[in-house]
Amino acid sequence: MEKGRIVLGCLAPHPPHLVYAENPEQNEPFSEGGWETLRWGYNKLARKLKNIDYDVMVIFTPHWATYIGTHFLGLPKFNSLSVDPIFPNIFRYKYDLTVDVELAEAMEKSASDSGIITKMMRNPDFRIDYGTITSCHMLNPDWDKPIVTISSNRNAHYYSGEVMNEQATALGEACLKAIEESGKKVVLVSSHSLSHRHFVTESPLPEDMSREHIYNHSQYVWDMKMVGMMRDGKMREVVDIMPEYTEQTIAETEAGGLTWMMAAMNFPQYPAEIYGYQSVIGTGNAIVAWDPNSETREIVL
Amino acid sequence: MSTKSNILFGIYCPPHPQPLLAPELNQGYGNLRSAYDTLKTRIEESGADIILVYSTTWPSIVGHQIQAHPEPEWTHVDDDFHFLGSMPYKFKIDSDFSNEYMEAAKKRGLHSRTVAYDGFPIDTGSIVALSLLNPDNKIPACIISSNMYSNRSETIVLGKAANDALSTQGKKAVVVVVASLSNRMFTEHINPSEDRIHSPKDDEWNRKILEFFKDGRLEDLSQLSRDIHGQIRIQKVAAYKPVWWMAATMGQHNNYDGEILAYEALHGSGGAIIQLTPSDGSVGDKEFDEDDVEYYQGDRNVLGQGAL
Repeated sequence: MEKGRIVLGCLAPHPPHLVYAENPEQNEPFSEGGWETLRWGYNKLARKLKNIDYDVMVIFTPHWATYIGTHFLGLPKFNSLSVDPIFPNIFRYKYDLTVDVELAEAMEKSASDSGIITKMMRNPDFRIDYGTITSCHMLNPDWDKPIVTISSNRNAHYYSGEVMNEQATALGEACLKAIEESGKKVVLVSSHSLSHRHFVTESPLPEDMSREHIYNHSQYVWDMKMVGMMRDGKMREVVDIMPEYTEQTIAETEAGGLTWMMAAMNFPQYPAEIYGYQSVIGTGNAIVAWDPNSETREIVL
Repeated sequence: MSTKSNILFGIYCPPHPQPLLAPELNQGYGNLRSAYDTLKTRIEESGADIILVYSTTWPSIVGHQIQAHPEPEWTHVDDDFHFLGSMPYKFKIDSDFSNEYMEAAKKRGLHSRTVAYDGFPIDTGSIVALSLLNPDNKIPACIISSNMYSNRSETIVLGKAANDALSTQGKKAVVVVVASLSNRMFTEHINPSEDRIHSPKDDEWNRKILEFFKDGRLEDLSQLSRDIHGQIRIQKVAAYKPVWWMAATMGQHNNYDGEILAYEALHGSGGAIIQLTPSDGSVGDKEFDEDDVEYYQGDRNVLGQGAL
């Protein structure tokens, strides 16, 4: 069996506003658009993914937050209605998705063998979080590939950003081992914003772009520093400053997704593909991809 | 200080699903379940018009969200404790009150909105509380979110707005605050029969807080909220808010009869079930040194002032 490998890593923010703005048939509310910089970036990355041969999408989500270890989806099918608890006015999405349980179990075992607290989630009534749905929908609106969702263990809350980094790194390495042993070609998805301070009010028309801007300039400067380092291929350095960045910007990197993905990809030292950066209700969101194949790697923006 | 209250009594109870789904796994879980059962009967006999639930496991960002679906129905599964089972529910919500509360909050300067969507994900804490305290929906309820960015003034005003709405509609309420005391859980899976409070420090703080509750010193606890947050709360949100809301809703004083019905560990966190009933007596003579806020003015824009 050929050794499995990661064929692409994606930083894929999940504001439900992006699905809302796309008006897919699965989502009940109707919008007049909005957040085009991000949506068009996502559309371009989705087109790239159509030309990449992969078997499964593995996604790490902050909106399945677990405090007792890291959990993995462990049933082959989930279909239900996802209503965003924060923005129910814009996201009521009917999903029907397939899980690669074999790979999920392999990653869970690999993580457990390396000393990480783990659990398989096998309750059929479990509702898939909107982070998973938003990122996966924007990357693959056809939903024609199975996924694996990994919960985010909240080490940053319980311990510190440094502990989060260490444990997410260990999880990334364990997942890579399982992927290599599986023989599968895998797309990794780290689902989150960068800076993550929200406005606490919403305009009457959520997609009114005259009201959209970053929460404050400090968040913007930090986000640009991170995007610049990604563009320069300095992902080890990005992970090194992650605790301070997370604290300064209340960044959603606190959940560990980016550290997990970078560890699984051995901390890329090549330039990331930048697909877009825009604020959503004040938060900073970048769509970024890491393509290990130098022949298909692009300078997008 | 006001002693006038629309509140018949208040309840403080934990959000964890063990007392609902698995009371048999640990004697403590069973004790908590018995306490819920006791309070269920007391609520039924109280003559309350409404059960008002403030849940720390329903975070909001866009202002303060208030559940207004008349009959929310779903089968919920907890993110961590999914292996304990599912939680089917169907509640009766007083939508008319929910809208009144939203308007009252707006009048006090808060950004607030109701939510009434089929399939809206009601949180574990609210489901546990309403399923155990009001299993037959004999009394309509209202559920209020906990804004993750709000701090003291906003939360105090939110509590006062609840009282405004009750006064406007002439309703008597039982208020239910869903929150742990210490909220540090074990970060590994445990044998439930070996559950205990995570650390002696957490246990000692919990017991001190319980002394205050037992003496009816709710406003004193409200004044201690920041200390409690720093000492025994995982820093997931800006502040420890439930006693702010509870004190503001119940009248901002120390005139209560307190009863601790149970105090047990829930995967390491401190789970207490407490009843506070308004009374004539008062304990404590603390000098309250934080402003009493009537109207929320919003951000003070400290960063913007003095900028070049």
